Parts: sequence; structure tokens; C-alpha cells
Amino acid sequence: MKRLLLSSLVILIGITFLGRLSYLQIFSFSPDQIAEDPAIKTIYDYPERGYIYDRNGKLLVGNDPAYDVMVIPREVKPLDTLEFCSLLNLEKEKFIKQLRKARIYSPRLPSVLVHQLSKEDYGRLQEKMRKYKGFYIQKRSLRYYDTNSGANVLGYISEVNERDLAKNKYYVQGELTGRTGVEKQYEEILRGRKGVQYIQKDRFNRDIGPYKSGSLDTIPEQGKQISLTIDKVLQEYGEQLMIGKRGGIVALEPSSGEILSMISGPTYDPALLVGRKRSRNYTKLYNDTIANPTWDRSILAQQPPGSPFKTLNALIALQEDVIEENTTIRCYNGFYVGRSKKGCHCGGGLRNVNSGIYKSCNAYFAGTFRKIYEKFETTDEGMDVWEKHMKSFGLGNYLGYDLPYGQKGRIPSKEYYDKWYGDNRWSSSYIISNSIGQGEVLATPVQLANMTAAIANRGHYFTPHILKKIEGEAISNPRFTEPKHTTIDRKHFEPVIQGMADVYRKGTARWVQIPDIEIAGKTGTAENFTKIDGVRTQLTDHSVFVAFAPVNKPKIAIAVYIENGYYGSRYAGHIASLMIEKYIKGNVTRKDLEKRMLEKTLEREYAKPYSGEEFKINEYVW
Amino acid sequence: MLNHIVAKSLRLMSMSGNSVLKRIDWLSVLFYFTLVLIGWLNIYSSTVTEAEPQIFNFNALHGKQLFFAGASIIAIMLVLALEVNFYERFSSLFYLIAMVILLGLYPFGKTIAGATSWYDLGFFNLQPSELAKVATALALAKYLSDIQTDIKRRKDQLYAILILLIPAILIIPQPDPGSALVFFALIFVIFREGLPLYYLGILFLVILIFVATLKFGTLWLTISLALFTTIFFLIKRKKFKVPIIPFASALVAIVLFSLSVNFVFNNVFEQRHRDRFSLWLRLEKDPKKLEQIRKTIGYNTYQSEKAIESGGLIGKGFLEGTRTKGDFVPEQHSDYIFSTIGEEWGFLGTSLVVLTFTFLFLRLIHLAERQKNPFSRMYGYGVVSILFIHFLINVGMVIGILPTIGIPLPFMSYGGSGLLFFTILLFIFLRLDANRLKESF
Repeated sequence: MKRLLLSSLVILIGITFLGRLSYLQIFSFSPDQIAEDPAIKTIYDYPERGYIYDRNGKLLVGNDPAYDVMVIPREVKPLDTLEFCSLLNLEKEKFIKQLRKARIYSPRLPSVLVHQLSKEDYGRLQEKMRKYKGFYIQKRSLRYYDTNSGANVLGYISEVNERDLAKNKYYVQGELTGRTGVEKQYEEILRGRKGVQYIQKDRFNRDIGPYKSGSLDTIPEQGKQISLTIDKVLQEYGEQLMIGKRGGIVALEPSSGEILSMISGPTYDPALLVGRKRSRNYTKLYNDTIANPTWDRSILAQQPPGSPFKTLNALIALQEDVIEENTTIRCYNGFYVGRSKKGCHCGGGLRNVNSGIYKSCNAYFAGTFRKIYEKFETTDEGMDVWEKHMKSFGLGNYLGYDLPYGQKGRIPSKEYYDKWYGDNRWSSSYIISNSIGQGEVLATPVQLANMTAAIANRGHYFTPHILKKIEGEAISNPRFTEPKHTTIDRKHFEPVIQGMADVYRKGTARWVQIPDIEIAGKTGTAENFTKIDGVRTQLTDHSVFVAFAPVNKPKIAIAVYIENGYYGSRYAGHIASLMIEKYIKGNVTRKDLEKRMLEKTLEREYAKPYSGEEFKINEYVW
Repeated sequence: MLNHIVAKSLRLMSMSGNSVLKRIDWLSVLFYFTLVLIGWLNIYSSTVTEAEPQIFNFNALHGKQLFFAGASIIAIMLVLALEVNFYERFSSLFYLIAMVILLGLYPFGKTIAGATSWYDLGFFNLQPSELAKVATALALAKYLSDIQTDIKRRKDQLYAILILLIPAILIIPQPDPGSALVFFALIFVIFREGLPLYYLGILFLVILIFVATLKFGTLWLTISLALFTTIFFLIKRKKFKVPIIPFASALVAIVLFSLSVNFVFNNVFEQRHRDRFSLWLRLEKDPKKLEQIRKTIGYNTYQSEKAIESGGLIGKGFLEGTRTKGDFVPEQHSDYIFSTIGEEWGFLGTSLVVLTFTFLFLRLIHLAERQKNPFSRMYGYGVVSILFIHFLINVGMVIGILPTIGIPLPFMSYGGSGLLFFTILLFIFLRLDANRLKESF
């Protein structure tokens, strides 16, 4: 016992020490060393955010310098608060509050004391800053917009929040990040990479030289310039046309899938969301829950597509061989579903593919739709085939374009109806409304435009995209450069396109003709409903138009969706034709029409459901 | 007479052809040099400046330490060269001289940082308490190995304890309570030689009551004691005949002692001592206040713990310790040298040091046990006790499991007297061990 006393004590202590050391150095050890080390100060050098240009090299977004006053609470020495506050243009109470907030965040890390000083304030402060220990000025750059349109596409940037900080270790408090649109989508390209400099400090917080002789320091990597596929002129023009209207316009270049313009109405000036007034303005926009200017209708609004959908049903019927170009169906100023009659405005008579399309005959497409289903033994089979064809046009699912938000739209499947009606308890009669783009189908304007581009290309499309070049180098992402083929054979497109061209020559859109440009299009008039005090109430129809031009060598495919604009050619058709003319010719010859479209608003229409009074829909008054 | 012996032993060494070097325990020597080397590298890292990176810069602390490492090697040669019975024969004299030198501090000593613990010898400051450790270990071994000493006798126990108490008492008022504490470790030698182990039990009980009183208060201590006693009696009374009166008086003594601990803690201790204990035993319940104490009074410990923690498994690398460079840990080259090792060499470094010390101690105990000469054995135990208590208190403090008591880490901390006399302490024993097989003394 007496011999073992000291030895066992030695062993016991040895084990205890090893245990404690492994606790400290292995279990408590946090790998995030540099950030937590009080002996290392980190200084950031922010690169300038990349500029954004349009497809023709016109500047959309640039930068303006801005200056933040930063504070490191631990290093603040007693100061003449009053003098400092007057220099900063800040009330004393606010200053004390901000300082306390910064101390709570971290006494050791820099916090923003005053955001985004003006250049004049910066000039006055600069030379006096060294007097105030613990404060310094951090230069940043603010977005400068060389356009007042495209807010929905460009997006905006704002300071990172707690969630961003937790999600992405790159950011530290006070940095900016893209929130929506291109700014969010291409954040890392536009942002570049900040430079980092580590400084070794002693316990009195004095700098004693670079940490590891600067071997870990990095120089900032400049943000890259990008060019968008957007045509600045067309985008601005479209937004002007949308003043006083709600809805979306998407124009694509069919041969590449490039998005020429993407307009959501109502919209706002992107410059509203820059700098110190950003949060106040954003709240104002965000709180407008009726007009909803921050909601990008061009990619998010899922609406019944209406008659443009008929073109696809015609294509499917041709592909499935259930009709031929000259197969006729009689229209009795409508058609029968069971015993009930559904109306049609085409005037009645025998219809084939061509006249069915240009006269937008409901009866013809109801019949055609039925024929598709009758080809198969069960409705389920027919449904699967129909769904497969529809989805090959990019409907009913995310398109895969390069913007951060989107909606799937809806192409109903057999499961959808099984759930609705019960297994095998439905037939093509139940879903006949889908033949004319009502019923259960939904699509966003960008999906309609893409569908139109696929028709214009006679059977394939390129996934719509917004990015054209990075630093002058064209993108090569196969997601956007390789065509997606629809399930419809090329030969079936000609009769349908012929019908669409006739829509414009002699059909429902003969009022919107443009001299010297041949257009193929399809009007649409979509019924829609809302709830007023819990009562399902029908509102004035949405005005829809899809088109591409020129017919033989399409340069532009466009979808225009005007909420409550009544019939297709009334608003959407006119706006589409103006956009096409503007894009192809560069200027608009029909000044009267242009003036009318610019001045007309639908505010009266939009006020109706909120007026609390009885109202009429689908009025002919302008 | 001294001259005579030196001359004789030097002659012996040259005649016997380095027989000492052949018999010396090279494993211990290897451990020793490992520790000195690691110690010096870390002193260099803690004190070097970018402006003067030279190793042989005798103005810098690491340069001075290098000088003392050289001096230690000369001391080793001297210690090994001397005739073996020199140490035993003159141990009483050494002890006497050492005590006189300690006493002499009061009129002639030099005061550094509030403690009069040094003689100013011009080129360096001598700390005689380091010398006293060697002398006391020798004297205790000498006394215990005397044929007339019987450790079972109360009087002899008292004398033995007095031998280590005298230097402690001389050192406390310097004030240097840390160094004084070291001498109590020599009690392990007396235990090895037969001091009844219940002394250890009593010592342990005293510490336990002290800690329990501070942590839980006298009231809870009394209640739990009463409960324990009741249960004990209910269960065991039938089997044993427990004498009630001594048992009861022991209980009363415990309660009284606990009360006196309260009194001493609140009235005799100074605030800084109280703070150390409240930090060590986590007496402060409020976590915010505790954190505050950790960062103010416990600043050194807090910083050294953080520095060690930041080293992780493999450390930041030699000369790469940011907290070491930033001087975040005060006294890092001396008492807190272990935190440099922790930061720059990580767990690999710290465990290497802890294991080296542990193996050195176990090796020395093994060597002591194989001595035929009782004096050598006892001295060997004395060496281990002294080195071990330094290791225990110093590393325990630096890694934050013991309260702050400022004593150096043997062979590693900066300090000339320390390195020199720890070396002498160890190598006297290795000299004795090298001679263990020789019949003649």
C-alpha cells in the first residue's frame, strides 16, 4: 500500500490531465478559429458589384459609392457625443440606442452605426474620423439604375439577415445580398469575392502586423459584368403599355429561348429599393396587397390560359391521328355536354382546324378533345397521353428558367380527377372545359410565351433564360442552349400555324394587324371568379393573346395576359401587336393605337370588386 | 575537507573510465532532455520578437534560458563527478546553510513583483527556495534513514515533519505561499517510510470538509452528516460495537471545523483568495457573474484555457500561436508555459508532455524502490514528490482545474534558479542510483 501510494497518485493525475486536455482540445475545440480568435482582426475589402447590361449592351444597373459608419463597441473611448452626433446628422438618443444594439450583437465585431451616408456627409466626416476611436467608415457601393423599369427581373439587394448569416458562412453582418430577380439568381457572379486581411493583435488590441505574414490574406475578386437577354427598349415600352393594367407580358426569341422582356403590371421603379429609403419603400409596396406590385405576375400568376390552349389541343389531335386537316365538326352555335348546351361565339357552321382556330370555335375543340379520348379504351389512358403531350410544351411544371421564383401552372392528371370525382367516375365530358383552356388547366404568362415559341419553332423550344453573357462571353449552359423537343411531329404544326396566321388575317384578331409584318397569333378570353364576402362572383374576363412573328422566320414569340381586360384582342391583342412592331421595326407606326393603349387604364374595372356595390362585368365601354 | 572530497572524486571518475556514465539511468536522462528541449522551444516561441529572432540573444529571455540550460549541463557533470557519499554525509550541513540563506533574504533579498524571494547576484537573480528544495529532500532522507529514527514514534514523526515545515515557514512571509506548499509534498516520503496512512485519511477529510463547506455550507454538511450517521447506525450497530463517545466527538469536531472554515474564509482570507476559490469551486451561481469573474480575476486561467483550447488536436504550429504572439496569456513563458504548448502543439503536444512527466515519475519511483541504500530510496521519493507537486499544481492551474497558485513547471518554465536546481535535484538521485550496486560507500 505505502509503496503504491505515490505511483497510483501519479497515474491518477496523469489520466485526469489527459481527460481534461482532451475535453478542452478535442471536444470544446471549435474549428472556426480565426473568427473567434481575439488576437486576429479581420478586415474586408469589398469588390464592386458587377454591372448589368441589356442584350444590346445598354446599361441597366451600375453602382454608386456609399459609406457606412461602423463601430467596434469594445474600442470606443469616451467621446464628445454631441459633436459626433451633429457630424453624423443623428439624434443623440438614436446614437445611444444604436451603440447599445451594436454592443449586444458583439463588443468585438464591427456593427453598422449609420447606414449609407451621402457623399457630402462622407466628405465632412472623413478627416475627423480618426478622432473617434472605435469608429470607422466602410466604403460600399449602392446600386444605381439606368432605367426605371425591369424591377421584377433585376430584383434588388439588401442587407443580409440572421437567416442568411446562418445559411451562408461567406456573409458577415452589414453585407448586401441579392433578394429577388437576377440579383438573387446571379448573386455570386455579380458579387465577386471580398478580399480578407488578417491582422495579428496583442492583448491591448494593438495591431502588431499581418497574421502569418499575410499568407492567408486574399485580394478581392471583382464582381463580373453580365448581359441579360432583356431588350431594354422593349422592356421599358411594355411597362409603359402596362400602366394602369394588371397582368404579365413575356416576350421570347424562339430561336434561342432568350427572354426579350418580362413585364409585370403594376410594377415600381427599381431605384425605390436602394439605400436608406429602401425599407420604408419596400413596406409600402409590400403592403399593397390588392395591386401587389412586388408580385411578379409574368412568372407567378397562374391563370386559365383560355383559347390559346386550343392550338395545343389541335396539335395533339393531329398527332394522335384522330382528326385530319380537313376533318369537319359542326358548330350549333355551341355544343352539347350531355343535355346541357355550352355556347360558342363563332357564328356556327362546319369547322375544320383552320377555321376552328381563326374563329376560335368552342364546339370544334370540344369535339376534337372528345375524339382524343375516344381513341383509347379508357379515359385514364387518354388522359395520360394528353398530359404527356401537354407537358412536353413546358406546361404543368417548372420551366427551369434562371430566375429564383416560379410556379408550375397546372396540367391535370388522372390522379387529379380521381381525387376530385373518385376512381373511374369521370369521363372526357367532365373535363371538356380543358379543350378551350378553361376548367382545370392553369399557366403562367412565361409558360404561354414558351408554348408559343415551341409552335413558332415547329416543335421544339429552348428553355427561356435571362442571362446572355458573363463578362462578354456568351453562356454555354446546355440547359439553355440545347433544344427541348415536344412530342408533336413537325408536319402537324403547319395547319395550326396557318390557322393562327388567319386569326390575324381574317379571324378574331383582324383588328390588330401591323403593316408589313405577318403575325400568327391566338386570342383568348378567360372567365375568372373571385370571392366577395364569401360569394363566388364572376369578374370581367381576362384578355389573353399569344403570337409570334414573322410567321416564317419567327423573331419574337409573345404572351400577353391582361387581367379583366375582357376579350382577347381588346387589350392583350393590341398590346402584343405594338410590342411586336416595336421589336421588329424599332418604332411604332400606328400612333393612334399606341396613344390609346398608353392612356387606357383598367383601374375602374379593378375597383369594382372592392366598391361594395353591384357591378356589371364584360362591359363594352372603353 | 570539501576540497579533499572533490579532488578525490574527480580522480575517481578519471580512473574508473566514466563508470558513472555507463551506469546512469539513460531513460530518465532522455525524459529530462525531452522536457528541457520542449520547454525551451516554447519559451522561445513565447518571448521571441520578429525584430530579434536570433537564438543566442542573451538579452532576450529565451537566450538567458539557453545560457542556464548550458549551466545545467555543467552542473550535471559536477553532480555526477562528485563522490557518492558526499551528498549523504553533508546533507545536514546543506540544510543548515539553505535555511540560513532563506533567512538572509529578509535583510538582503531583492523584491520582484511584491515578493522578496531573490538574491541579486549581478548577472542573475538567485531564488534560494529552489535550493532549499534540494537541501530539504536530502535532509529528510538523511534523518529518516538514520538507524536511531523510528517513524512509528510520535516524536520522530514530529521531527520529520519539522524538517519540511521549517523552510515552508521561512518562505511563506516572503510572501510565496506557492513555493511553501511544495515542501508539504515531502510527506509522501514519510508515508513511504511508514507514517500511518490514517494521517493521509485525516488530511483528505480536512480537504473534503473545507471544500464541502465552501460549496454547500455548514448547514447542509451537518444535515447530510447527521443523515449518514443515522443510517450507518441503523444498519451497522448490530454487527459492530461502535464506541459512541469518540464517534460523537469526531462528528462535533467536524462541525466545528466546518464553522471555522467559514470564519477563516470570510475573515482571514483576502478578497483575491476568496475570488480564486469562488472561481475554482464555481461558488457564484449566476452564470453571467461567473463569466465576469472568469474574465477579470480568472483572467489568466481564462486566457490560458482558451489558448489551449484553440490549439485543437494538432495545434497551430511552432511560432504560429496567435494568442501567444498577442501576449494574451500573462506569464506565458514562466508559469503558463504549458498553454503555449497547448496552443502551438495541440493535444499531441500536451499529451506528450503529460505522458513524459508521468513516465519520468514512475521510472524514478521504480529506481527508488530498487535502491539498497535506504537514504537513496528516500531521497528518490523526495525528488519525485517535489517534481510531482509542481507538475500537479502548475498544469492543474493552467488547464483550469485547480485554483491559481504560482509555481513553475519543472524543466520547462522560464527561470534560471528553477532549471538549475531542478536539474541538480534530479541528477543527485541519478548519481546515487548509478552507484547502487557498489558495495562500498
